[in-house]
Amino acid sequence: MEKEKALGILSLIAISTLIVISFLIKSPFFQQNGDIYRMLFFHVPLAWIAYLAFFIVMISSIFYLKKEDRKYDNYAAASAEIGVIFAALTLITGSIWARAEWGVWWRWDPRLTTTLVTWIIYVAYLTLRGSLSEERKARLSAVYGIIAFISVPISYLSITISLHPQPITGGGGISSTIANGLIVGVIAYTILYTYILRIRKNTFESHDEVQMIEKNRRRTNTE
Amino acid sequence: MNEYLKKVQSIVWKDIIIELRMKEMLNTMLIFSILVILISSFAFGTFNQEMTQSIAPGVLWIAFTFAGMLGLGRSFISEKDRGCLQGMMLAPTDWSAIYIGKTIANLIFMSIMEILTLIVFVVLFNFGQIITSPLKFVLITIVGTFGFVSVGTLLSAVSVNTKTREMLLPVLLFPVIVPIIIGAVEATLSIITANGQFWGWVRILVAYDIIFFTVSALSFNYVIEG
Repeated sequence: MEKEKALGILSLIAISTLIVISFLIKSPFFQQNGDIYRMLFFHVPLAWIAYLAFFIVMISSIFYLKKEDRKYDNYAAASAEIGVIFAALTLITGSIWARAEWGVWWRWDPRLTTTLVTWIIYVAYLTLRGSLSEERKARLSAVYGIIAFISVPISYLSITISLHPQPITGGGGISSTIANGLIVGVIAYTILYTYILRIRKNTFESHDEVQMIEKNRRRTNTE
Repeated sequence: MNEYLKKVQSIVWKDIIIELRMKEMLNTMLIFSILVILISSFAFGTFNQEMTQSIAPGVLWIAFTFAGMLGLGRSFISEKDRGCLQGMMLAPTDWSAIYIGKTIANLIFMSIMEILTLIVFVVLFNFGQIITSPLKFVLITIVGTFGFVSVGTLLSAVSVNTKTREMLLPVLLFPVIVPIIIGAVEATLSIITANGQFWGWVRILVAYDIIFFTVSALSFNYVIEG
């Protein structure tokens, strides 16, 4: 429990630092549209960590199928939840930014579309977990967790080709100060991710324990 | 290997016999896919030649995938009935044989449905005139359908274990087959307009087919074991 507390304080510090830094960094390239570019320091790290979370879901799923240890299933479930929330936040922040930068809320850009599809896949993953019985949940959702992540790169590839995109990133836009800010953002959100992951995993473990106790009690009652 | 193929064959044969006697799945699939085409032609209104060309691939593949979904949803329900799946699992063979057999059976049903739907489609959308190369269309249909069925069969086995049974299948399957839908529609469009990257799409779909068929065959054991 001490570890979680330390991680919590650490992530609080990291996110606060990120907020301060995001106000300090100036970018002449982005500034033409006002202060909206400061969203970048939250939007980009959120997207990265969301994909990291989905990758962890796949890794945990593979480990679960190999080792049949409940621990890995709890990691997969926790990571998928965080990934869905982070991806949703990515879509929302991206949409607000797009409105300021491009004048529209949504554009069928490959990266946007892929993130939307990925988000839907993992919402489906969580729905699947919700409607499976306890003894089958881990195994079946592990299989879907693997299938789901494999489809992401192929989706990205086919969406990219079908949309004929013009690259939007202005080459000189990402200066080194911006890059430094993004690195801080990625570190801060990684710490936050680890923190929430541990807490959710512990919650699931307690849930398992409670169920075990209930099962045992029922057995002794019938005897 | 020969023994293994014989087992696969007997599972395919079993499904075909069931279908021939019940005439349940194929009829429903076919009527549904024709309905999708009919409803789309009402929904999009009357249109000229140019609009038909841009809409046709989308309508066709929506009809194929929606009707296919109906069939796939039923695919494992019959196996759950009176422990049929347990019976098959007792057979002395690797369980991937069950997966491959079911996949081939589903592929056969979908192909029959697609051929019959196409006849209607040719009549209603004048598809025979606007398409430039029927051979290419057959190729992309085979490749696209195979990818759809190989993931669909696995997820059908997953979804019969849920509380909502086959209701969850579309939710699980559609986001995963996004590459198939995009690829098949774009490739069909490129056949109609006679430009675009037809072979590029075929390559992507073949890669998808190989990856997902392999992963599904490998992970099928875990699905039915639980």
